[in-house]
Amino acid sequence: MPATPRTLLEKIWDSHLVCAPTGEQPILYIDRHLVHEVTSAQAFEGLRVAGRRVRQPAATFATPDHNVPTTDRRLPIADPISKQQIDTLRNNCREFGVRLFDLDNADQGIVHVIGPELGITQPGMTIVCGDSHTATHGAMGALAFGIGTSEVEHVLATQTLRQSKPHSLEVRVDGELFPGVTAKDMVLFMIGRLSTEGGTGYVIEYTGSCVRSLSMEERMTVCNMSIEAGARAGMIAPDSVTYDYLRGRDFSPRDFDRAVAQWEKLPGDPGCTFDRVEVYRGADVVPQVTWGTNPAQVVGIDAEVPAPENFGDSSDRDSGLRALEYMGLKSGTKIVDIPIDRVFIGSCTNGRIEDLRAAASVVQGYRVAARVHAMVVPGSGRVKRQAEQEGLDRVFTAAGFEWREAGCSMCLGMNPDTLAPGERCASTSNRNFEGRQGKGGRTHLVSPAMAAAAAVTGHFVDIRGWRYC
Amino acid sequence: MQPFVTHTGLVAPLDRANVDTDQIIPKQFLKRIERTGFGQFLFFDWRFLDDGSSNPDFELNRPEYAGASILLARRNFGCGSSREHAPWALADYGFRVVIAPTFADIFFSNCFQNGMLPIRLAEEDVDELFRRVATASEAGCEPYKLHVDLIACTVVDEAGFMRTFSIDPFRRTCLLEGLDNIALTLQHMDHIIAWEAAHADVV
Ligand code: SF4
Repeated sequence: MPATPRTLLEKIWDSHLVCAPTGEQPILYIDRHLVHEVTSAQAFEGLRVAGRRVRQPAATFATPDHNVPTTDRRLPIADPISKQQIDTLRNNCREFGVRLFDLDNADQGIVHVIGPELGITQPGMTIVCGDSHTATHGAMGALAFGIGTSEVEHVLATQTLRQSKPHSLEVRVDGELFPGVTAKDMVLFMIGRLSTEGGTGYVIEYTGSCVRSLSMEERMTVCNMSIEAGARAGMIAPDSVTYDYLRGRDFSPRDFDRAVAQWEKLPGDPGCTFDRVEVYRGADVVPQVTWGTNPAQVVGIDAEVPAPENFGDSSDRDSGLRALEYMGLKSGTKIVDIPIDRVFIGSCTNGRIEDLRAAASVVQGYRVAARVHAMVVPGSGRVKRQAEQEGLDRVFTAAGFEWREAGCSMCLGMNPDTLAPGERCASTSNRNFEGRQGKGGRTHLVSPAMAAAAAVTGHFVDIRGWRYC
Repeated sequence: MQPFVTHTGLVAPLDRANVDTDQIIPKQFLKRIERTGFGQFLFFDWRFLDDGSSNPDFELNRPEYAGASILLARRNFGCGSSREHAPWALADYGFRVVIAPTFADIFFSNCFQNGMLPIRLAEEDVDELFRRVATASEAGCEPYKLHVDLIACTVVDEAGFMRTFSIDPFRRTCLLEGLDNIALTLQHMDHIIAWEAAHADVV
């Protein structure tokens, strides 16, 4: 009898199930554990107190990213509490034998940028990190999700996680994206339709011709934001795009062809079924701009700020009205008429080389508008070097952008890169929550090209009509 | 971990949907390397005005909700960042129970790791609780209290409200007995070793 057709998720789940003791949550084996400074100190401390060790140091990789300065790395860290947190990570990695990509390491960067870039994260793996954007790694065809600090401690100690089997949601995007419309727009569009909690309890698998046609980095952008729809993980079945990306990376399997032969068995079997399916058309996606304080409060660039009082659902109405007040916006204002003060290009969503290329090609030959303060923060040391080799840094600085060292930076503003109260920012990051980029700061999420164009004009513009120099 | 069996406490309402963990505990307080002491920073940007004084418009600052240990919230509570600092801050402030129609996944599991019980109730039941809290507060009568029983899985007030809630049986046992999850998993070490041996060539 033929076996029941299984999805990518089911295959990874089944192959990583250590045991499912009666009356307990199943125990899932974890292949890769990524660690950063903000969510790990208490976990290592827990190990120390209990006299436990890290079970698989070789499967554990650490880097400081959230809280690091993006200015001159040779200078000492000015904030003593930030410094203590980063020193704590250093000491913990030394004590427990964990590999650390430290600030002076050429490969340091945002944990979700360096994992794929170094080939640490691979198809078919289970990957966790004390960070909700761990879903990024699902772009490689892995099951990757964020966990809390107690779970970080659990994984450090046991190399496993207690986990109930999630439901599966297929998000199929058919057709093609129009020129100027990016993976970021695709995922924002999807979140706008699913809502911020539409994916709760699910793992999303992105399928369809539109998803297949995306590059590896674009796939990461899509999977990265799964959590903004409430889904703990997002994944894309591996294919030749994935294998071409991984070939020759530092931590990629040495017998690569044998690995590919294994990975080719991962995509869902013909006839496999999902618990739920949503279908969108690539052609329906226009460049997106968020107007509110969660990523589902989003419209197309050709639209106006909506009128929440007309929303059918009462809590959408309340949060929409609150959002407009916080954002200092009036319903009916055209999105293209919203002036901006700051531009942030970077983050684990859009801080990779293709993002910087897209932004640089828009900026080339132009200057940042006088009223705007704009910065580019590469996602990793490698991205930064690559961009410099291609001369992108000079394009940005000639236009008046600041060019920084790698880190999370103004995506969450834990380091000194923050918005002042009332400042309005076009940002390529993933969260427009109140105060996310600085108390009172107003964040609009957009693609790198849209952010770059806004920097030049001082307000949002439809990138589809941009005149490239 | 502190076990959770039953709890009776004052209810504080937070009448907004999609409360994200950035609001529960803003990023500037994530630099600490301890698990304790986060309560003073709970809902910081909502609780305090720019000059550092308490914001009189914020629900939790109203005198009738002082000492509350049950938080009544709206849909998708705890969305966004995975920071466990959010349940640490709620617990340190004094909350032991959060009631909402839905929770974000990561926040939901983080609560259980900290002896805190997140309870999902139907939207109309949560509406009813908001009404009862408001009525008590307007009438200036006794502050509104709920009794939560994890053995019976019930939420009860003194005026006839009684609902049962469902909860994963394993999580319930862990909370009731205050079990250390890691110690529990280490009991299955033979399985973990066997898994690793079977996958040695792939790992
Ligand atoms: S770039 Fe932003 S979202 Fe990504 S890991 Fe850093 S803080 Fe989190």
